[in-house]
Amino acid sequence: MKIHEYQARDLLAQHGVPVPRGRVAATPAEARAIAAELGGRVVVKAQIHAGGRGKGRLVARDDTAAMFQRLVADPANNSGQVKGDRIGGVRLADSPAEAEAAAAAILGKHLVSIQTGPEGKLVKHVLVAEQTDVAKEYYLAIIIDGAAATPLIMASSEGGQEIEVVAHNNPDAIVRVNVNPGAGLQPYVGRRLAAQLGFKDDQAAQFGKLVEALYRAFEASDASMVEVNPLVVTTDGRVIALDAKVNVDDNALFRQKELASLRDKDEEDPLEVMAGELGVANFIKLDGNIGCVVNGAGLAMATMDTIKLAGGEPANFLDIGTVNDPQRVVNALKVIIEDPSVKAILVNIFGGMARVDIIAQGVIDASKQLDLKVPVVMRLVGTNLAEGEKLLEESGLQVIRARELADAARKAVEAANTAA
Amino acid sequence: MSVLVDANTRLLVQGIGTEGANHMRRSIAYGTNVVAAIHPRRGGEEQDGVPIFTTAGEAVRTTGANVSIIFVPAAGAADAILEAADAGIPLIVCITEGIPVLDMVKVKAGLRGSKTVLIGPNCPGVITPGAKARVGIMPGDVFLPGEVGVVSRSGTLVYEVVAQLTDEGIGQSTCIGVGGDPIIGTRQVEAIRMLNEDPGTRAIVMVGEIGGSAEQEAAEYIKQQVKKPVVAFIAGATAPPGRRMGHAGAIISGEDGKAENKKAALRAAGAYVSDSPAEIGATMKRVLTERGLL
Repeated sequence: MKIHEYQARDLLAQHGVPVPRGRVAATPAEARAIAAELGGRVVVKAQIHAGGRGKGRLVARDDTAAMFQRLVADPANNSGQVKGDRIGGVRLADSPAEAEAAAAAILGKHLVSIQTGPEGKLVKHVLVAEQTDVAKEYYLAIIIDGAAATPLIMASSEGGQEIEVVAHNNPDAIVRVNVNPGAGLQPYVGRRLAAQLGFKDDQAAQFGKLVEALYRAFEASDASMVEVNPLVVTTDGRVIALDAKVNVDDNALFRQKELASLRDKDEEDPLEVMAGELGVANFIKLDGNIGCVVNGAGLAMATMDTIKLAGGEPANFLDIGTVNDPQRVVNALKVIIEDPSVKAILVNIFGGMARVDIIAQGVIDASKQLDLKVPVVMRLVGTNLAEGEKLLEESGLQVIRARELADAARKAVEAANTAA
Repeated sequence: MSVLVDANTRLLVQGIGTEGANHMRRSIAYGTNVVAAIHPRRGGEEQDGVPIFTTAGEAVRTTGANVSIIFVPAAGAADAILEAADAGIPLIVCITEGIPVLDMVKVKAGLRGSKTVLIGPNCPGVITPGAKARVGIMPGDVFLPGEVGVVSRSGTLVYEVVAQLTDEGIGQSTCIGVGGDPIIGTRQVEAIRMLNEDPGTRAIVMVGEIGGSAEQEAAEYIKQQVKKPVVAFIAGATAPPGRRMGHAGAIISGEDGKAENKKAALRAAGAYVSDSPAEIGATMKRVLTERGLL
């Protein structure tokens, strides 16, 4: 789960990471008041769940797709650094009045960046923080190293740009340390990283303390990633986190109630939110016209692949999981037909933990409760297949049956093409 | 011959809620020797003829259980794995999905230096059809005893592949679902090594998916060590980058995570890569025929 920058920086600050003074504002007037408190020289930053804000552009809702195309088509704008930017989602202001104007220009608009996708993101909040005079930018993050099964600290003296770009252009500029989970983060890790990045004396000590604080925040919040980009040394010699990104492990939300409450559904695809509310958690909207109901993430991806090989385009990824309730199937279909581009539905179930008869019952129930205008292709195999076949037989439901995966995909593509 | 589970398997079931109890019954019906179950408050009782204990240590001492399968819910699963390891059980199969990743960091740290092998979590388990040993949640009737080993991150894709193999008349030695999480007990490369060293396995199917670099790791080993034919499929070639496709591990976040790069690494290692998940069985049939192994 993602949280906003203003929430992430508060979280890091609670654990002792130095951040610039600042607060979140929902209106231009609030932005002005905060700027006045901070002495007038501030930066006003759009709060959305996507990066590339400074190089993004603010537009009205109807213009997001066109702007996204322009950004994608203009690599110079995206690869080059835009310093002191006054046109994107991050603006400098030298007085409370300028802060108010900057907030007015940002709030309520859609911010489109290379990372937002063609829909852009509606900006509801801005972070107003004191301006920082930067001497040098660094990168610092903690993630999980799956292969080593430990947290991994990554740092680079090339901050302020995406780490993927650094990894591609200058991989040697990234230093890595795996943290021994039994011993925890020992102070030498901070000293070692500081030395590798070229920090000296007091700044090395400040950096070491910051690494320890960041690790405390990572552990305490069940984060899957914390990222500070850039981490900066200011002209007056302080080491501080100028930006903050925290992703929380979805699997740990049950014990991170406070963080779970920070979820911002407006940042998510409305269909995906609807799916989640209906108990269909593993749903991702895609751009095609064949709706998919599959059990298991791997088989769901393989089903998408097979549709593509058969010349079609999947409208979604959907792993219905272990189904013990026909209503979940009804709900899954409800979400799928909500998307007007769906012209056919492919139900591909290989029962293991999930039972085929319950899926069949769910599709039968859906045909009664919902207005299913599009053809449904069903391929059922595995646990309780005979019972499922019998239910379908007795219901007299009109579905296209398939026995094998390739056959099912072919029939779904055919059905979608005929309907379209 | 087989790996991990066989006729000597004495199975302990940790967590006998609805799903645990249901799959315990299915394993018994398949012919697996289930010797004990654990429930914190039902010690001394029986479930479907299987004695229930309150702790893993007691279950092992009393019944000689040597494999454990875990259905305990996510919040308590790490604890259950470490309890089984502490009781000296050499093989633990964890079915539970949704375990916090930092809990798995602790589990792996706890298992370091121990002889216990962990399969999963978030996996369908392990099955050796020839020994009627079903330590998992798979539909037993699609499996056929034979000599092809299967390794997969995904559960339902194991069933899909096996159904295709069985349809072609190709049986399986042992099928291992390693699990879809970023941190798992046994990575694909380890599972492939086991099958490579098993004299009862003539060929291997490897089913990978987008995200991480486990397939590249496996490709490196295959290139160096594996003479047996390997047929591979990578799920998620059509998935958009940056989106997590159900499995926490299945997110394209770097070059290694892309399906095309995984396929290229496997091809370079000499594996037969099927672009379509529907043609894995047919590909294996062709390869075995070409090599005179059928």
